Amino acid sequence: MSAIQPGPEAPAGATPLLEVRDLATWFESDRGLVHAVDGVSFTLERGRTVGIVGESGSGKTVLTRSIMGLLPKSGVRRQGSIRFEGVEIGSAPPRQMRKYWGAHMGMVFQDPMTSLNPVMKVGHQITESIHAHLDVSRTFARELALSLLESVRVPDPQRRMDEYPHQLSGGLRQRVCIAVALACGPQLLLADEPTTALDVTVQAQVLDLLEAQQRERFMALALVTHDLGVVAGRADEVIVMYAGQVVEKAATATLFSDMKMPYTEALLHSIPTIDQPSHTRLSAIPGRPPDLVHLPTGCRFAARCAYVQDRCLEEQPPLRPGATPGHEFRCWFPVGTPEGQAARARNEGVEQR
Amino acid sequence: MAFVVGGAILAPYLPLDDPQNSITQIARRGPFAKAGTAPGHLLGGDPNGRDMLSRLLWGGRTTLVIATVAVLIGFVLGGVLGLLAGYFRGRTDTIMSGLFDVFLSIPAVILALALVTILRAPAATAGRATAGLDPEVALIIALGIVSIPVLGRITRASAMSWSERDFVLAARAQGAKNLRIVWREVLPNVLPAMLSIALLGIAVAIVAEGTLSILGASVPADTPTWGNMIAGGRQVISLAPHVVFEPALMIFLTVLSLNLLGDAVLAHFDVREASL
Repeated sequence: MSAIQPGPEAPAGATPLLEVRDLATWFESDRGLVHAVDGVSFTLERGRTVGIVGESGSGKTVLTRSIMGLLPKSGVRRQGSIRFEGVEIGSAPPRQMRKYWGAHMGMVFQDPMTSLNPVMKVGHQITESIHAHLDVSRTFARELALSLLESVRVPDPQRRMDEYPHQLSGGLRQRVCIAVALACGPQLLLADEPTTALDVTVQAQVLDLLEAQQRERFMALALVTHDLGVVAGRADEVIVMYAGQVVEKAATATLFSDMKMPYTEALLHSIPTIDQPSHTRLSAIPGRPPDLVHLPTGCRFAARCAYVQDRCLEEQPPLRPGATPGHEFRCWFPVGTPEGQAARARNEGVEQR
Repeated sequence: MAFVVGGAILAPYLPLDDPQNSITQIARRGPFAKAGTAPGHLLGGDPNGRDMLSRLLWGGRTTLVIATVAVLIGFVLGGVLGLLAGYFRGRTDTIMSGLFDVFLSIPAVILALALVTILRAPAATAGRATAGLDPEVALIIALGIVSIPVLGRITRASAMSWSERDFVLAARAQGAKNLRIVWREVLPNVLPAMLSIALLGIAVAIVAEGTLSILGASVPADTPTWGNMIAGGRQVISLAPHVVFEPALMIFLTVLSLNLLGDAVLAHFDVREASL
């Protein structure tokens, strides 16, 4: 097993595992450039978990695929830098990326129904990726796959090895997907909405599993989700994305206790809580995310924001630091500040009149 | 289907008369012995007094071999080209689709006819005249080439949609090499569609062989194939219709059962697909 464990821990003060600087991914379409990811920066240290949160179309998935280098060959414009262990991989061709894929960075996809090959036995799908990177015998690969299935807590792994994906339940399939991604001991695991397609009852199990594996293997985990509740107890740091940009970034505790961005607040309010009386109307965020081709001049969230002021429509707020180190947000009238409260009060006054 | 293939395979071992020889018994009944008129020759005889049943089975042998091998060529070459085009897209796809379209735009029979003629023509190389290919081989190659674009296009379309599935991306994300992905991830999923089209292709090739026979571009006229038998019986159709209708019926039944089999193959794999 030692061959597939991540290398010895880098000395303190060394380069971070993953460093993303001003990453932009634009797609060419008939209507113009789609700004799917538009200037995102963050760093991820070894063994840490970052939660990337945002609603559909906010650029989360494109961000993870950009990091992996799994973008379509044509019609894409990329800018900015992605450094993995200090090596620039943002502009590396697939040929070079292949040695990272699987071995150094793994990926878990949203839908376990479609991310396993329907006509290949589960065991083979795991050994396949073992063989892609490690020069081991068939029997050894099979044993390794078996122990992987065991470690992702698939019951009766011996039998499951020889079953086809359609014989497995959704939760089991996602466990298999995780086993496949972990097969060669990556230092970075990108999980793109790993629980969205699953039953609520299995969601927690799969998330706990990811967390356990992450801790056990001292792996960095990027957990992409639209659900703030998912990242709440698990991520060390949370990045909130909106319309391709980072709109708020903070350590998880800070984010929940001292959120500054109205979008984060709106996201949080759209989660039902147990202490609400039943039949309480959920507060949905009104409207839809902006058109990523024709972006508004001001703040991208302005059209849906409860705090919106004239300035928000004219000038795009920069990412500015909050009170706690590492806390950044993109708002002119932040939540919980006098300006913010005044802005909101003004808006509510207008509505009542 | 089993009857046709079985008969074709077993033909040499069955107590049948030599398909090439005239049987006096039939000949005595007149050259156009109708079915059932000569004892022991259930399906009658042909204008040359040869046993129809025997010729049908032997003919099926030749016809099926030609059609199957031809489609096999199309299956392998068309399949490979289609897979690569469907998976890699881009320039590979443009070139291959262009080629397929060019071939498909030429009427298949005319293309096959031209190919047979070219392949059989003695090629004069370096001043020394070499004989052209065997007629059977020429026919197989010609029909094979004609079937490449048909299978290629189907494979390409199917490979394209499968290549966009998440599990292909997942395999890439695990560092699998392109050719490995094509072989292990895409091909097994595309195979059912290819198989059912290939079975239809065999049916089409049988008909095409018949057409070419009538045009005189098939194997030599005394070798029994269903097409040749129809072609030979054409002149006497008003006197002895069974000489044409019996092989025509064989073609009809074979094509029908191949079509049904093709549908069954597709349906069988669809069940699996639906249960996902």
